Amino acid sequence: MSKSTAPRTESLSNVSIRRSTHSPIFTVIGSLIIVVLLSVAPWIAPAQVASTLMNFFILVIMATMWNLLAGYAGMVSIGQQAFVGLGAYATLYFALKGVNPFVTIPLAALATAVIAVPVTFLLFRLRGGYFAIATWVVADTAMLIIGTIAVLGGGTGRLMPGLENLSPSQTAHYSYLATWIVALIVVIGTYLLLRSRLGLVLASIRDNEVAARSAGANVRSARRTVYIIAAAGCGAAGAVLAISQPFIQPTNEFSMQWAAEMLFVSMIGGLGTIEGPIIGSIIFFILQQSLQQQGVWYLIIFGVFAVAVALWQPKGLWGAFRSRFRSELLPVGHWVRTERLQTKTPEPLE
Amino acid sequence: MPLLQLEGISKKFGQVVVAKEISFQLEAGDAVGIVGPNGAGKTSLFAMISGDIKPDAGHVFFEGHELSHLSAARRARAGIGRTYQVPRPFEHMTVFENTLLAAQQGARARGQKAYNLAYGSLERTGLGDYANDAAGSLTLLRRKRLELARALATTPRIVLLDEIAGGLTDLEVNELTTIIRGLRGEGIAVVWIEHVVRALTNTVDRLLCLAGGAVVADGDPHTVLSSDEVRAVYLGGKTLNPLEQ
Repeated sequence: MSKSTAPRTESLSNVSIRRSTHSPIFTVIGSLIIVVLLSVAPWIAPAQVASTLMNFFILVIMATMWNLLAGYAGMVSIGQQAFVGLGAYATLYFALKGVNPFVTIPLAALATAVIAVPVTFLLFRLRGGYFAIATWVVADTAMLIIGTIAVLGGGTGRLMPGLENLSPSQTAHYSYLATWIVALIVVIGTYLLLRSRLGLVLASIRDNEVAARSAGANVRSARRTVYIIAAAGCGAAGAVLAISQPFIQPTNEFSMQWAAEMLFVSMIGGLGTIEGPIIGSIIFFILQQSLQQQGVWYLIIFGVFAVAVALWQPKGLWGAFRSRFRSELLPVGHWVRTERLQTKTPEPLE
Repeated sequence: MPLLQLEGISKKFGQVVVAKEISFQLEAGDAVGIVGPNGAGKTSLFAMISGDIKPDAGHVFFEGHELSHLSAARRARAGIGRTYQVPRPFEHMTVFENTLLAAQQGARARGQKAYNLAYGSLERTGLGDYANDAAGSLTLLRRKRLELARALATTPRIVLLDEIAGGLTDLEVNELTTIIRGLRGEGIAVVWIEHVVRALTNTVDRLLCLAGGAVVADGDPHTVLSSDEVRAVYLGGKTLNPLEQ
């Protein structure tokens, strides 16, 4: 159906739009410094730091993907470990076929994306809590199926092949770089996605799904796209996990712990912002590093902290910071610039 | 060919009948008001035209095409814009982003054209100065205007207005009716559910009265409002002409 009349509501002169309230120069310089430092970290920092950073990157990847799902598309999944596990096993499978483990990372992401397509047709029949529980069922089912495949090590697990020719320090350096590159792609990709038209659709779904539909947004297709992207991202996280901790075991790769950590860091950092999961991951690692000597108290303090944030800062720590200082490190907004609007102080975004 | 045609639309929620074989049609540029007591099925009728709910029986045709199998989003893209009785702004987006979404998705506009369309619909509804404000910070009047602006940014051929004047002052109602009358001049059809009868009769040239899910009167606003059927269902049987209030 085509519209026979031209839109007459269109503004006569071109509207000038900026994507950021401030000049992005400091963000760009700051990001470049961080990128360079993190790229050379394994050569300048102790091995322990590089290994901690690697776990940090894996968490950032997972949390960023979870935030896309829950924070933007309104799909609270407690079963993303399904794709972490499938990604790890896809890497194992391709490595057993003789592919270089580092080359398997994009293949694993692609494989989990393909597997996610039919899964959406099952899951998207459900909403809210039922959806969440079904994602968990999918994860456990995937773990049980993988556990029956003898060539992949069955339930007891198998060592990742293809890394024998590298010295331990080479393995550590390469897997660090691979993890860092995946994290960088995931964060930049998410940023570009959220700046795009699809990003605006996701933000509208987050705010009001019914209104998004009546404004012409294809909610189902946007959700499906995001679910598949999140599966691919978690698949890539699983792949780098399999390379960095090369004994592959179903209960470890498909562990509920991954889903819990994704949820925890997204929540304390702030759902529905790009920066939130990254800030959350930093806090998570600071807490972990400073509390791990405390034995069981470490988990109790984590729990108390999460409850406190949920009660007093439900928008997360970054969410609270942002609404106070009206600032974004990675801006995705659309700001209209007209002479009249230049002089007016806008009402802050929550 | 009529712009919008409803044929035998029926819908029940359990035992509650919200639409009983409703049929009517309207042409481009028509302005039709819908009145009726609470629970008469007015909002449900809108929801069946816009695709938010599916009728149990009957057909909706838009520009000669059957809509029954199209989603709400596809109907919005085809040219059916609607507003909600309780405004549904995208609260954490700016006012401009609210209409930009409608321009990009509902009107399939790209780049600068989408920006112009989105900002144009804000200027048109008097929201230009609030473009960069959070939609969640708007007052009720401006939220209602934003509903209209968002519908307009989809470049509709017809707009379904659900109690857009409710809760507003006389002055605010007058401002809104001026905007709505302007739409008619552009060939955009208006269907307007409203309890503020004065605002309706100033704007529409045809009035439908719904009761118990059925059309009990349809015609010239003054004739409809003074008909016995409407007095019986809508005004509780009193012989009171709302135009003389």
